[in-house]
Amino acid sequence: MSSMRVYFSSAVVAASLIFGAGAAFAASAEKGKAAFVSNGCWQCHGFDGQGSAITSNGKVLAPDPMPYETFEAFVRGTNRAMPPYREAILSKVDLEDIYAYLQSIPAGKSFKDIPMLSQHE
Amino acid sequence: MTPKDPGLKIDRRKFLAGAAVAGAATTVMPHAEAAPSQPAARPSALPPSARMVAAETGTPEMPKNKQGKPGSDFMVDVIKTLDIKYLPCNAASSFRALHESLIDYGGDKTPQFMTCLHEESAVGMAHGYFKASGKPLMTLVHGTVGLQHASMAIYNAWCDRVPVIVVGGNDLDAAYRPPGVPTFHSAQDINALVRDFTKWDDTPVSPQHFAQSFVRMYRTAMTPPYGPVMMSLDAGLQQEPVHEMGEKLYIPRYVPNSAPAGDMGAVKEAARMLANAERPVIVVDRAARTQKGVDLLVELAELLQAPVVDQQGRMNFPKTHYLNRPANVISTADVIIGMELSDFWGVVNGYVDNGDHGIGFNESKIKSGTKLISINSVELITKANYQDFQRFQVVDVSMPADAEATLPALIEALKVAIPNDRKAAIAKRGETIRKASAEGRDNVRKAAAIAWDASPISTARLTMEIFNAIKNEDWSLVASEGNVSNWPNRLWPMDKHYQWLGRSGGYGVGYGAPASVGAALANRDLGRFSVSIQSDGDLMYAPGVLWTAAKYKIPLLAVMHNNRGYHQEVMHIQRLANFRDRVVNKASDLSPIGTAIEGPDIEYHKLAESMGWWAKGPIKDPAQLGAAIKEAVAVVKSGQPALINVWTQPR
Repeated sequence: MSSMRVYFSSAVVAASLIFGAGAAFAASAEKGKAAFVSNGCWQCHGFDGQGSAITSNGKVLAPDPMPYETFEAFVRGTNRAMPPYREAILSKVDLEDIYAYLQSIPAGKSFKDIPMLSQHE
Repeated sequence: MTPKDPGLKIDRRKFLAGAAVAGAATTVMPHAEAAPSQPAARPSALPPSARMVAAETGTPEMPKNKQGKPGSDFMVDVIKTLDIKYLPCNAASSFRALHESLIDYGGDKTPQFMTCLHEESAVGMAHGYFKASGKPLMTLVHGTVGLQHASMAIYNAWCDRVPVIVVGGNDLDAAYRPPGVPTFHSAQDINALVRDFTKWDDTPVSPQHFAQSFVRMYRTAMTPPYGPVMMSLDAGLQQEPVHEMGEKLYIPRYVPNSAPAGDMGAVKEAARMLANAERPVIVVDRAARTQKGVDLLVELAELLQAPVVDQQGRMNFPKTHYLNRPANVISTADVIIGMELSDFWGVVNGYVDNGDHGIGFNESKIKSGTKLISINSVELITKANYQDFQRFQVVDVSMPADAEATLPALIEALKVAIPNDRKAAIAKRGETIRKASAEGRDNVRKAAAIAWDASPISTARLTMEIFNAIKNEDWSLVASEGNVSNWPNRLWPMDKHYQWLGRSGGYGVGYGAPASVGAALANRDLGRFSVSIQSDGDLMYAPGVLWTAAKYKIPLLAVMHNNRGYHQEVMHIQRLANFRDRVVNKASDLSPIGTAIEGPDIEYHKLAESMGWWAKGPIKDPAQLGAAIKEAVAVVKSGQPALINVWTQPR
């Protein structure tokens, strides 16, 4: 597990972040990254939140995650393909940290800047 | 078996007039001698003669060395008429006679014996070989234990509608077969083990019976829907000299069956429904058995200007064609024609493994009133026990027929059925789909770019780095096990039938490695470049097939999707823990206990090297991947197998 983490490519920023419409609270992207892994979010969404056509129906968590309120409501109460993470197994603090981690993941290159994709028809 | 020649009874075993039997006999004989004397009475039957007593209770007489052509030589004569090129096999005593005849009498040609280290590997190789070449292989398995090893691979072949000819050696004669281990390895009816998932089986009792049954089993396997077949072959029958019983032995000529085509009335009704549909959709799974099938599907789709959803059981429809569309197009369909679908119910319905209580629920994916047409040859061979027939789906027109064989008639019927006043609307439909296709292609590339530089390496990056290195070859993606989010089928410009060979069929894990080697063997002879995306879990079921690939110089590029776990199970356990509001126990691993393949991390590149492969890894930095694959491609082009161990994202 520790060897796995060495290879994460995304920059992790520990910072105070502001979520949602005016709701301010402290959250740690660094702790969020650890929580993203320890709670198994990576299993379907990938270590960088990139998602999968197979395991997340193509949904991408990062960059540009959905608004926090929507995110929290979905994680807590989903009854579709994703199993719910209720507070009994994922604390509010951890969830906020995870969101901070998702927000910290920088946008990658456009496919137009990747020759293997842009020149591929 | 019971030999017709009474003299054969004693001659069955040349080597095994065993001491064990002699011991048993000496314990029996004294009882007869010690019987108390009784007054003479009229017997109800004549007492056995001394010879009969000896035959029943004594040690079998050591047979004389009989002259004549061994039965197994005649069996090789039969096998050779069917032009079976290779025989991947794990050696065993119950077919030693046929083995010896194949390599000595038969010259180890057509078929060439190929040493496998596991029966599952042998059947998996035959499975992959057929999908690349269209030609079946045969394998020999040991009566009970060998067939047990082979059985999962046979089930995969059954579910994937692939012909594999399986011959199991079996010592039937309990009086003359070797005691001990060979008897543990014998059974009354070994075929019973796989009867639920083979098309046909038999147990011949004479050389002539063998000839008839072998040609019959070949023909049965090769009649669509294809499937595996099984023969239990008595060890004694293999070893005995041929006795012609007054009639000369003959080998039946193989004449292929034609494929079953759909009833013309049903074809015309399907054509009428499709011609008048506003939004027809074509869904295909194993519809194209050959390139001709691909071409026919293109003709049908263009005639209708209808989107095609390829479920990828085979490369049915070119990925470069604008009518190739994702599965969500069926939500607006008014007529859906499904061809050789393994699960029509699953096409038009969804199952969500969740719900308020985590039990799962069904939901429809289509509009009410959508008409359904099915062409499916598997209806002709449905069995009862194994549930590969999936849930029952009511359709409006059902043709138990081979799709590829039915397509020419359907196309002709459609040309007649399309009214002139609908042709402009149909053309307009095509233009709308063409625009959606272009947008969809950009969306796929946008998705592939996300996490492009991530480590572990994204499956999209893995897929495109491979393609970048092989794009100028006549490539064939022989397997992609372990799930890389379907990127090859979304990104690679597949338009030839052999560029994607489909998956295992029964989802029995362990298919990818042997099927890749088998397909690469076929592609070697056809001058194609073989590449597989090889998952970690799949490889470890029977990694010995790597040795077989090196032994026979089978060029294959295996690029590993090494996500260090049984990832499907990773997600299942997480899901169940969440439903139960429990934090899942991972011990020291990244994944739930029982699902991770880490600590220690398996050095797959060293494993491959140890069996004669060129190999490199583990590669975790995406910037290093392209160069490594390029090196490996050069090795493969020189005629050797090469493996790159790549640490990847989970999906």
